[in-house]
Amino acid sequence: MKKNASSLFFSLVLAGGAVQAETVFVTLEKDNALAVVDPVEGKLIKTVPIGQRPRGIAISPDNKFLYIATSDDNVIKIIDAETLKEVGKLPSGDDPETFALNPEGNRIYVSNEDDSMVTAIDIARKKAVKQIKVGVEPEGITVSPDNHWLISTSETTNMVHWIDTKTNTIVENTLVDPRPRAAGFTADSQQLWVTSEMAGTLMILDAKTKQIVKTVKFEISGVTADKIQPVGVVIDKDRARAYVALGPANRVAVINAKTFEVERYLLVGQRVWNLAFSPDQKRLYTTNGISNDISIIDLESQTVTKSVGVGNYPWGVAVKP
Amino acid sequence: MTDQPGANLYLSKGRRTKQPGVRLLHYWRAMWGIISRELWRFVTQRERFISALVRPLVWLFVFAAGFRAALGLAITPPYETYILYEVYITPGLIGMIQLFNGMQSSLSMVYDREMGSMRILMVCPLPRWFLLLSKLLAGTGVSILQVYVFLAIAWLYDIHAPWQGYLWILPTLMLSGLMLGALGLLLSSFIKQLENFAGVMNFVIFPMFFMSTALYPLWKMKESSELLSRLAQYNPFSQAVELIRFALYGQFNQHAFIYTLAAFLIFMTAAIIGYNPSKGMMTRKGGG
Repeated sequence: MKKNASSLFFSLVLAGGAVQAETVFVTLEKDNALAVVDPVEGKLIKTVPIGQRPRGIAISPDNKFLYIATSDDNVIKIIDAETLKEVGKLPSGDDPETFALNPEGNRIYVSNEDDSMVTAIDIARKKAVKQIKVGVEPEGITVSPDNHWLISTSETTNMVHWIDTKTNTIVENTLVDPRPRAAGFTADSQQLWVTSEMAGTLMILDAKTKQIVKTVKFEISGVTADKIQPVGVVIDKDRARAYVALGPANRVAVINAKTFEVERYLLVGQRVWNLAFSPDQKRLYTTNGISNDISIIDLESQTVTKSVGVGNYPWGVAVKP
Repeated sequence: MTDQPGANLYLSKGRRTKQPGVRLLHYWRAMWGIISRELWRFVTQRERFISALVRPLVWLFVFAAGFRAALGLAITPPYETYILYEVYITPGLIGMIQLFNGMQSSLSMVYDREMGSMRILMVCPLPRWFLLLSKLLAGTGVSILQVYVFLAIAWLYDIHAPWQGYLWILPTLMLSGLMLGALGLLLSSFIKQLENFAGVMNFVIFPMFFMSTALYPLWKMKESSELLSRLAQYNPFSQAVELIRFALYGQFNQHAFIYTLAAFLIFMTAAIIGYNPSKGMMTRKGGG
């Protein structure tokens, strides 16, 4: 009996101690696969074939499904996040790369770069419900957390398009620095942060006035300006800090989201493009396209703790709790 | 030297006693005499303290700054992610501090011999190996002080290691300091005059430092020369640097530990033989 009690105690301790870590999913553009990473152990768990040239990736709000843009298949695949089996397809139009999921998780907006369009897809019906004409080469795309705004940035027209999600029409355009690459809202939907790949800047736009309130220029000692090409941008829930992936500069910029000062640059792998927070926002994951790995950043200590090899050309990243 | 009479006093006191307890005290007094003399020398010679720090700091601030982007292409243990060149070079510069310190001790041995103070040390009725080991410990203690001051400045320069690393390197610094100090002792047994010390710089310090993993990792050297990477691999200084590098990140490099320990034992034995008046180089060279 004593033995049973002690073994029960130990199994309880073990069960309690084994914290279920989140899972990181990374699309591998060249391997046509999806990498599954345990970020706490810092290990690649497995790689599964997923389709031709997978790039953009998002997870549904209920964390049950992954949406992956397989560019050369010209679809967005719906993948069961547990079994990693394909359970459906969405008609994305040609060569889908970037897309955004609305907060309810019932609609996906896709940038159709070649057609200068944004396609709105009803996920339940698996049908395109609206096509919105935007500027040339739409790239960055995001939906405000209050579901009011759909943002599309066009790389050649150098514009941010403010699209009302109720009417699916452009309400206003803001001219920004050349080649706006990615956009992200603050959690309160008050500010929109946009990166300019060519100017090497980050612009903060006020959601009310739709005007730029601040432009942040990045400078890194020992790195030439042409290497600083900002892409992915994320802002934490408390609007304390924001993080910008600086592409071939191989750094992630840490920005004070209140003062807009660059606090530091963190060295990660080569050509860092996309970023994702862990659910508790204690870690940040980066995809490093050329060095074929992801870097794990501990946000409390603001240090890069590990870089994990995942496969060829890691592109997008999504995290499941 | 102001403390020489003190050291002399300890030694002459020891000669009169034979009981084991007192004899142990005698050993301790002699060792402390040597160590405190070295520490006192170090503290009073401000120029020496500053120059010992300036050398690695120049490398860190000037040399490493120029090569910032040269590295960071591959991840090698103990590092788990990409690092700046400054971070890579730091353990190498710690090694440099200890290497120069070892050689400095060797220089001071030659000086002591020229000035005659070594004769006083050597006539002390304690085993020669013990006196040499004490001398070595004194030099190592000084180099450890230098290393920690260097690490504190590096910390301000944003070169951070896990806090445990700063504790872990202490025993490794002892071993690496002893090994490099023993090499210095061995060399000093060969050098007759201070003027010959330039040869030590050219033929020992520079090749040892540059042909090591202090400045470049082995894989980087392999890209340009297989021979160079092999020489670096067998260089005991490389192994000491790797031992320090791993310890700074809370890891134990067994291979580097065994290699450094073996090198220490070989150098130490050779130095003890070298300082034996009947067998060693001192008689032949006419030193002491």
